[in-house]
Amino acid sequence: MLEVNDLHVHLETPAGLVKAVDGVSFRLEAGQTIGIVGESGSGKSVLAHSLTKLNPEPPATYPKGEILFQGENILTMNKRRLRSMRGNEIAMIFQDPMSSLNPVFKIGKQLIEAIQTHQKLSKKEAQQKAIELLTDVGIPDPERRMQSYPHQFSGGMRQRVLIAIALAARPKLLIADEPTTALDVTIQAQIIELLKSIQQKYGTAIIMITHDLGVVANLADRILVMYAGKIVESASTADIFYKTAMPYTWSLLRSIPRLDAGASERLLHIEGQPPNLIDPPQGCNFHPRCPFARDACLQENPPLGERGPGHLAACVLSQPEFEKEKKGVLLS
Amino acid sequence: MLGYTIRRCLSVIPVMFVVSIIVFLLVHLTPGNPAHIILGEDASPEAVAQLEEQLGLNDPWYIQFFDWLKQVVTGDLGTSVFSAQPVTELIFSNFGPTFSLMILSLLFILVISIPLAILIVSLRKTILDPLFTSASLLGVSVPEFWLAILLVLGLGVSIPIFPVAGYMPIAEGFGSWLYHLLLPAFVLAILEIGIIARMLRDSMLDSVNQDYTKTARAKGVRERDVLMKHVFANALIPTTTVLGATVAGLLGGTVIIETLFTIPGIGQLLIDSIHRRDYPVIQGVVLFIAAIYVLVNLIVDLLYAFLDPRIRYDE
Repeated sequence: MLEVNDLHVHLETPAGLVKAVDGVSFRLEAGQTIGIVGESGSGKSVLAHSLTKLNPEPPATYPKGEILFQGENILTMNKRRLRSMRGNEIAMIFQDPMSSLNPVFKIGKQLIEAIQTHQKLSKKEAQQKAIELLTDVGIPDPERRMQSYPHQFSGGMRQRVLIAIALAARPKLLIADEPTTALDVTIQAQIIELLKSIQQKYGTAIIMITHDLGVVANLADRILVMYAGKIVESASTADIFYKTAMPYTWSLLRSIPRLDAGASERLLHIEGQPPNLIDPPQGCNFHPRCPFARDACLQENPPLGERGPGHLAACVLSQPEFEKEKKGVLLS
Repeated sequence: MLGYTIRRCLSVIPVMFVVSIIVFLLVHLTPGNPAHIILGEDASPEAVAQLEEQLGLNDPWYIQFFDWLKQVVTGDLGTSVFSAQPVTELIFSNFGPTFSLMILSLLFILVISIPLAILIVSLRKTILDPLFTSASLLGVSVPEFWLAILLVLGLGVSIPIFPVAGYMPIAEGFGSWLYHLLLPAFVLAILEIGIIARMLRDSMLDSVNQDYTKTARAKGVRERDVLMKHVFANALIPTTTVLGATVAGLLGGTVIIETLFTIPGIGQLLIDSIHRRDYPVIQGVVLFIAAIYVLVNLIVDLLYAFLDPRIRYDE
């Protein structure tokens, strides 16, 4: 359904050209859920916004690549077609529910706007639909809540409203850009449950952008790990967790606190800072922070290589070599 | 909303009380004996004594103040020393032209600055934006009296499209009323157009990349509606505050414009009364202007609560 081929997104900043997305390719089938995981500055948000061409231009430019949605290239769509697709076929929800709703309009009005943008419905029908949507996302007393303003809702409730807005036209694809980052943990779990139930109920494909592997662990079919604007590992969720093939993914996993970890096992953190994308390091982008770095890593940025069925990783180490190295690091 | 409105209206009372003290003291802070100043240096002691009695200047100042305040509250602002007419009557007969001038100016301001700001914001990536910024700075910097004279010379004398001066009451025909007021109202408006358009542009640019506009764009809302509905509604909040100050400022501007265009308004009345040292009229006019100021700010505050739902309930 969605096919991203060799996508490059550049940001022209006063400090220089930032290659925020640097040759990303992936596919998404209808009804599938993929998680895109990476640190702040890895380019995952820019990638997410590219999928509906929502990055402000300037600074963003799309010098290379294509985003095929049902065979149509989003990057070359005219404005009209782009608008008719946004919210209708591909919808988005964003990181900060506190600021993503217009503070001066009632919830009902914002929801009805989403409905009427793509559906020819009378005000009354749209109102009815809006109430249904609010019920659907678990807002109690929706008729009354339609008359409320955003500031009268909690963060979790606002995110539910934003999900209702996104679902207004029953999109085929929902892009969620860190939808739980600004919420506390119990609310996070509720929102993830809600997304899961939506997916089961309507068969909506979901792209979940997050910095938290835990968030996508029981939601995504596949996980893409992004680092410095590139995909460095791509595999089924199980393979990402159990057959990790890229040192960066492994470091990320090791930095999640786990209840079943042995008492002697230390929580790892990734040394250093994410690379400067204006002037990325020579060779592999991750080598300055990689516990397994060797001379070969300085020479070239390794391309994604096959590690198993549907499992790609970008590392000079082969899977057996990497397994051996991991043991070495854990012992030391 | 009702509670807010009532609270806000009640808060006008102490403000007006303080204003009235200041206006009252105006006479008493002026060095010398007001009766003397009013009557001039050659006045006879009897005449001075009589006027002192008439103005109640022999009582202690607080007695004088409360006597005066009592009158003011009942709508009696005293009598003009010069024309022996009641001050309220003078103010009301002169307010028509001033009010006409202000309303027409305000209309100019709104009709020009709002579309201008929206246009600039929608063309923000072009050369027009920096051009506008300079132009608005120019508009703000040009002295009103200079522009007024220039326009009178250009459009009144060289190419006589508009009358050079004068005023026609609206009762004598809307056309001639408008015809006489267009030029002065435009001069009065030009400075404020610069300020309001600039303010609105800045506020709109500020919210043009806010998260909620991203939500609107992601819905598939067209860019025009994102600007005109979402961005505009939010940018109106700070702009309204400035607009309130602007309307109040127009009243000050009319003093100059009325003099230049010989419009018989409140400003003219004030200037004339200052020349004649007609203290009751000066007090009355200043109090009246202050009251309008306070009233306009009250309206702005109420409007503000209407525009920004967060203000209504968050108290």
